[in-house]
Amino acid sequence: MKYTSYLILAFWLIAVLLGNVLQLNPNAIDLEVILQAPTAQHWFGADDLGRDILARVLSGVEVSFLVALIVTGVTMTIGVFVGLLAGFYGGRVDAVLMQITDIFLAFPGILLAIAFAAVLGPGLGNLIVALCLTGWVSYARLTRGQTLSLRHRQHVQAAESLGAGVPRLLFRHILPLLASILVVEATYSLASVMIAEASLSFLGLGIQAPDASWGAMLRDAVRYMLIAPHYVLIVGGCLMSLILAINLGGDYLRDALDVRKPD
Amino acid sequence: MNIIKRLTSLFTVIFGVLLLTFLLIHLVPGDPVDVMLGESANMADREALRADLGLDQPLVNQFGSYLAKLMYGDLGQSIHTQTPIIDLIKVRYPATVKLALLSLLIGIAIGVPLGIFAALKAGHWQDFVVTIVSVRLSAMPAFWLGPVLMLIFAVWLGWLPVSGMDSGTSIILPAVTLGFGLSAILTRMTRTSLLEVLNDDYIRTARAKGLSEQTVILRHALRAALLPIITIVGLQMGSLLAGTVITETIFSWDGVGRLLVESIEKRDYPVTQACVLIIALSYVLVNLATDFLYRIADPRMRYA
Repeated sequence: MKYTSYLILAFWLIAVLLGNVLQLNPNAIDLEVILQAPTAQHWFGADDLGRDILARVLSGVEVSFLVALIVTGVTMTIGVFVGLLAGFYGGRVDAVLMQITDIFLAFPGILLAIAFAAVLGPGLGNLIVALCLTGWVSYARLTRGQTLSLRHRQHVQAAESLGAGVPRLLFRHILPLLASILVVEATYSLASVMIAEASLSFLGLGIQAPDASWGAMLRDAVRYMLIAPHYVLIVGGCLMSLILAINLGGDYLRDALDVRKPD
Repeated sequence: MNIIKRLTSLFTVIFGVLLLTFLLIHLVPGDPVDVMLGESANMADREALRADLGLDQPLVNQFGSYLAKLMYGDLGQSIHTQTPIIDLIKVRYPATVKLALLSLLIGIAIGVPLGIFAALKAGHWQDFVVTIVSVRLSAMPAFWLGPVLMLIFAVWLGWLPVSGMDSGTSIILPAVTLGFGLSAILTRMTRTSLLEVLNDDYIRTARAKGLSEQTVILRHALRAALLPIITIVGLQMGSLLAGTVITETIFSWDGVGRLLVESIEKRDYPVTQACVLIIALSYVLVNLATDFLYRIADPRMRYA
């Protein structure tokens, strides 16, 4: 199981590189093969405009990785910063910051991201902004909880009594102890951001035609499901394999780094 | 004291939710009126909409009148159809609640028994299979599971309608799509929570008394194990509500979620705003209800 998940992950990473090296044309239209099932020439078949599904899947996975990496990076930075401040200072700072996160958490799932993406308008940039605006909250919560307990550890108090400033305490004495839990969290969040990106694209809020994204492809695929079931099965299968591989990778990372489950 | 604290924070959260949904329309890049009516709209229509939405007022006044209108159940008007939004919600909301409740039941009906089964077979291959399957199911987004179920049960087997709300069985596929994710999480939670309880002393006592295994599991162990499950069900109601947005769209189920997506496509932002608000408020209230339910189920919590 362990190696299968690494293999799938490696496969998709290579796929990203391959898509660039082979210079496939995901937007090339061939009217002869519209909605054709997989053949020797088009391994994954063709979509409703006669475009090669394989080429579009490869170009879509690149978008998935890009969005996941950017969003995870930005949300983690913001969330960790907020969480450190709230956990370290406590009192009023903590109360206000946590009240704000409570308000964000009152919007279930990706509802708020849908709302932000809707008003910002469709497009990849706006999709990333929408996911960043809503994604930092869980990191803030996690970091705050951990900081709250680490704050009173002896090594932090020792550093404080030796005159270390707040930035030094936060970044040299508290943050390193959070590293492993954050790495595990970030791995899971790669997968959840990919799902969120696909969901928003599925609703037509992400990357716009003719560029490929797995969510947008699934939207088209569902429309033509009755005549071309291969389309929806292949694209969905690709998405599932990647998500599962990342989540399993997260599990192994969690065990390896000995991080206790946050729940 | 605890309840007062809980209510204060509830009001702050509701206020924040109202503020955030109110501000949504101001996040529209450029002039929201332009975006909603299109560049070609004439001046009079624009000014009428601007005045109607109160966009010509200072922000604080706008928020004030937004809240005041809400008190009377006035959510504004749809730009597209000119109907009061509250009327749209009144039609759509019951459909969403019906869908969410049925998927909740499906999730519990599959998840809890499977979790008990896995816990009783802990360490055996049956446990392994159930755990792996539940991990996989919970990672399956609705826009993938939905079409697959539709393909199998509606297209290939022809047992159920593909989509829409015309027949009584139309609700089954969307409800199963939503319920599956929940059942996966419930399976894991029930398993973990039951396993923890099964090692407790009072379970050994119950067994030593000579009670049947069935009584021990169902009457003694499960009762204690159900507490964390209530919390999970409550929290998962949120993802269920958010999940309706995509599931309703796939299965053409006319609920609030689909209304939200339709309003986004038509750039009917007041409707978008109202849908987001309704879903978020439902979630907040469900969480509150879960909290109280938990207190009733666990006497220890009343004094905590």
